[in-house]
Amino acid sequence: MASGDIDVAYVAKLARLALEPAEIERFGAQLGALLEYVKALEALPVADVAATAQVIPSANVMRDDVAEPSLPRDAVLAAAPQREGAYFRVPRIIAEEA
Amino acid sequence: MAAPSARELARAVNVRERSAGELAEEALARVAERDGAVGAFLWSSPENVREHARRVDARVAAGESLPLAGVPLAVKDNMCLSGTPTTCASKILAGWVAPYTATAVQRLLDAGAVPLGKTNLDEFAMGSSCENSALGVTRNPWDLGRVPGGSSGGSAAAVASGQTLVGLGSDTGGSIREPAAFCGVVGFKPSYGRVSRYGLIAFASSLDQIGPFATNVADAALLYELMAGKDPRDSTSVDRPVESALAELPEDLRGVRVGIVREFDLAKLEPDVRAVYERAYRDLEHLGAELVEVALPSAEHGVATYYLIAPAECSSNLARFDGMRYGLRVEAADVGATYEATRAAGFGDEVKRRILIGTHALSSGYYDAYYVRAQKARTLIAADFAKAFERCDLIANPAASSPAFAFNAKADPVSMYLMDYYTIPMSLAGLPSLSVPCGYVQPAEAAGPLPLGLELTAPLFAERGLLAAAHAYERGTQRAREHAPPPLPAAVPGGRA
Repeated sequence: MASGDIDVAYVAKLARLALEPAEIERFGAQLGALLEYVKALEALPVADVAATAQVIPSANVMRDDVAEPSLPRDAVLAAAPQREGAYFRVPRIIAEEA
Repeated sequence: MAAPSARELARAVNVRERSAGELAEEALARVAERDGAVGAFLWSSPENVREHARRVDARVAAGESLPLAGVPLAVKDNMCLSGTPTTCASKILAGWVAPYTATAVQRLLDAGAVPLGKTNLDEFAMGSSCENSALGVTRNPWDLGRVPGGSSGGSAAAVASGQTLVGLGSDTGGSIREPAAFCGVVGFKPSYGRVSRYGLIAFASSLDQIGPFATNVADAALLYELMAGKDPRDSTSVDRPVESALAELPEDLRGVRVGIVREFDLAKLEPDVRAVYERAYRDLEHLGAELVEVALPSAEHGVATYYLIAPAECSSNLARFDGMRYGLRVEAADVGATYEATRAAGFGDEVKRRILIGTHALSSGYYDAYYVRAQKARTLIAADFAKAFERCDLIANPAASSPAFAFNAKADPVSMYLMDYYTIPMSLAGLPSLSVPCGYVQPAEAAGPLPLGLELTAPLFAERGLLAAAHAYERGTQRAREHAPPPLPAAVPGGRA
């Protein structure tokens, strides 16, 4: 596959995004144009260059293990799409045994 | 009549000439009068504003002296303020009430600021015009047919329209500096790591940084100095002293070497825009700066680099919006289908595009070709700046290639992305960078004069010198004062989405 190509339907599946056929077509054209644009990076001499993840020199940042109050439970649960008592109610994840 | 500065307002409150309550009422009246046309705010509650003002007045009455006593503050709606809606201008978070307050916001509240409301943005801060907001339209106070810039367009427009003197934005690739330039106000992105991002809803974590909008450099410096500093709740916040620029503001630029970037050729700009920037460079020289040519050969690859790295990080950060614990949920046949339906209904087109490109760039078989290559390009861009700063103290260039553009003028995503050509390289290198008003152009099709911004950038953590120089430029040229925004109509028909 050339670098300008993107399989939008496949990537949408990875990203957990439901897309309409018209969206797949539109995003495919737009993202194909962007991938064409970023092809310019292929000309850069980066073979011996280290990758930069972020610019501040810092190693593992530790803090003291001190207990602090957590967020107020009711305020957090008030924002839940569905709650049941003190819990988030979510769709069933494990299938029932046949 | 707006007060000259936030510092002056706070002084008046601290000596009891004014009260936070009075300032709050005046600000609320300005919002009621002006925001129908501008649309800067997504949410503003008079009761909430009055409650914050009462608390400030009580603290002042108890003898406290507060650096922002009673100063109304616009807050971009991707920062949490406990008990108030925080939407990121997205349908997926519409109606969500934050159960905690962002550290940067809290530090300003502690300093006496009164949050006036939450301002519009491109959805999840992804855009350069505010047109990607799912919740409202923000118009440029200089020409209501034009965009305010983005993504922090609401805060920029709130300050430019005189509704408030100061506001907060976030900048990932230019989202403070470009709207500041478009709206004719000061907008400042500190060094990566200077200001805690705790409570800022993440877009691209290796780039995001909170910063102020203001009508003048000294107010921006004050907000920055109050917000900056280590926060145990953000492990990327740096633990190093914040040197105050306000302690000694210079009157000129003698002894300052300003780099002019060879690759940022002004000849590429429209002639009227070019003339304003040529004058800005001459102004720097007249104020005593020594101009030196510097090279940023990799900077032209900034936009391509950014549009791999930022979407990659966004695709990861936005995975948390799955409809389970907060925000929108669209029920479907099973949990997987519920995720997919929720995200399809909740995210707008630009957010979907960035999630898709980021997921693609991180996916098996493409990771090295896209994401790792972009991270290596980022190294080259940062190295260019390091080399340039061996020869200069600051770099000056246009904040954007044009003044504010008309709505729907950048329908093609890549053309919108190129609006950040002059701001992205600095973000990739993590550098402190600001936009200060430097003049106006009046294109034939515009309603009136449109502001332009001069971008000034300093080495990492050299905020003090950057703010001092920007102040000297502002003081020595007074360019912002050449024009004022036109009077606003009560509302724009059909203006709000």
